[in-house]
Amino acid sequence: MTTLHLRGAAAERRTSRPPSPRRRRSWTGWGFIGPFVAVFALVFLAPLAYSVYLSLFRDQLIGGTTFVGLDNYQQALQDSQFWASLGRVSLFLAVQVPIMLGIALLVALALDSGRLYGKDFFRISVFLPYAVPAVVASLMWGFMYGTRFGLVGDINDALGVSLPDPLSPDLVLASIGNIVTWEFTGYNMLIFYSALRVIPHSLYEAAEIDGAGQLRVITAIKLPAIRGALVIATIFSIIGSFQLFNEPSILQNLARNSITTDFTPNLYTYSLSFAGRQQNYSATVAIVMGLITMVIAYAVQLRGMRKGA
Amino acid sequence: MTGPSSPATTPTTPPPAVPAPARAPGAAPRLRTPRVRTARRHTAGRPRRSVLLTVLTGLVLLYSLVPLLWLVISATKTQEGLAGSFGLWFSGDFALWDNIAETFTYNDGAFTRWLLNTVLYVVAGAGGATFLAVLGGYALAKFDFPGKRAVFAVVIGAVAVPGTALAVPTFLMFSKMGLTDTPWAVIIPSLISPFGLYLMWVFATEAIPAELMEAARIDGASELRTFFQVALPLLAPGTVTVLLFTMVATWNNYFLPLIMLKDPDWYPLTLGLNSWNAQAATAGGDPVFHLVITGSLITVLPLIAAFLLLQKYWQSGLAAGSVKE
Repeated sequence: MTTLHLRGAAAERRTSRPPSPRRRRSWTGWGFIGPFVAVFALVFLAPLAYSVYLSLFRDQLIGGTTFVGLDNYQQALQDSQFWASLGRVSLFLAVQVPIMLGIALLVALALDSGRLYGKDFFRISVFLPYAVPAVVASLMWGFMYGTRFGLVGDINDALGVSLPDPLSPDLVLASIGNIVTWEFTGYNMLIFYSALRVIPHSLYEAAEIDGAGQLRVITAIKLPAIRGALVIATIFSIIGSFQLFNEPSILQNLARNSITTDFTPNLYTYSLSFAGRQQNYSATVAIVMGLITMVIAYAVQLRGMRKGA
Repeated sequence: MTGPSSPATTPTTPPPAVPAPARAPGAAPRLRTPRVRTARRHTAGRPRRSVLLTVLTGLVLLYSLVPLLWLVISATKTQEGLAGSFGLWFSGDFALWDNIAETFTYNDGAFTRWLLNTVLYVVAGAGGATFLAVLGGYALAKFDFPGKRAVFAVVIGAVAVPGTALAVPTFLMFSKMGLTDTPWAVIIPSLISPFGLYLMWVFATEAIPAELMEAARIDGASELRTFFQVALPLLAPGTVTVLLFTMVATWNNYFLPLIMLKDPDWYPLTLGLNSWNAQAATAGGDPVFHLVITGSLITVLPLIAAFLLLQKYWQSGLAAGSVKE
């Protein structure tokens, strides 16, 4: 249930390996894959089925649990709180993801160009925030955002200015975007960089003979060659944005007025089931959100793979 | 990028840091990437280093490191010092050691307990996930078995479902099974890493020559023996990569324990730190921001150390996962 899991999935989906030479078909393989499949069934398939089952019922004070068919789904589609939270993460997606992936790509290209001093130091340092738990990253940035004794407050005191409060309702989404960008730029940079490294050298030689400049090499060779990595990173980022939970959930303690319990779809489903005790409806909202995520991720994949192919 | 032998699809494996196990002659060159790395640029002549580019990239470097620097500096301050001094420089008294001692002893040593819990979740969860992934990846790479395609389709399909869609039903299921508020509730879901399965599958396909397995079988080795004595040593570099990434996922996990655990005695570090931070917001709560900050630093250090020490492994592991198309 982490982003890593989803990463693997997206990568897997696009993979079509030619079958390696195999021996006769036999059940022996099950001895090795069996344990994985058993646990997978318990923690993925069973909850998924249960989730769909839950979404078809409603728990009422009078009459207890009753089968309501698709009523919950109808309610979700008309739920303004749900749509508002979806709008918020969509805005987040539209602004934060391009910035993050753009910076990651520029750094990857800079590393790959061989024109940097201290390249290895750059690569590892920019990646390091990935090792920081979301909890720590959010707490750390949350403290720094503080206008009273955070860095923002320090800057205000030192320069005699009054910067706007990053945790105010107007700015909190951007502030969360900054935290997520900080956490994942390095990871995406590494994905791009790894893809850039395996471009065959002969292509650059050919480009050089043709007199292509740096920029031309980037647009004509490098970017097309790492298109797969770009698409994968985009899909992970879309899934990550739609699942936004940790950062706003932790910042809530520092910015109670700015982050409501329905700030993101995930916070909404969480508060529905744990504070509101509406588990059936919560399951429904989660399924709707899951479907929306899958459709968009799939569309990006189709589009990304077709472009220039 | 489809051919099995093109450099782009070959999982870029690090040069074995440990003495390399027996390897079929034909398989060895495929596993080494430094050739690709070094061969690339010398004919074109080394590009000139650019100060301007270094400075521009340096901005991103600063962005990445300054918050960590803030964390280190802040961990040396007392609670009063935190409020009264500039964030990116030390305050008068150097309280790091006092802070560390207080972090471990505050609240009857709750932090120590959370640290041990986290270690338990990482060892059992990440260790178990890696083991299952290695077994499964080996099966997918080296065996043909009935239902293989179905296994594959189901794993891929289910994983495309956002994890949080599963969180609530998993909680309800586990609570009926009496597993919530126990370590099992955190460990069992951590055991599945489709990313790890995928990586081990790609890795095992390349790293274990079929001839070697045949040879072991002809010598009369059982399947289990073939796996442990022939395959497992060859899979070591991939195993370390998967272990590192599942460790990060488990160590940093927040959402799952948040849902599953009520009893602070079972909290991992992430949940514990957040509860200390929340303490200040509650009426009459004792604000312990200096402990939250010092605790955060202690939480981050093991993973940063692991990433720095095992660079070769994870960087190539990511490469194996990312260049696949």
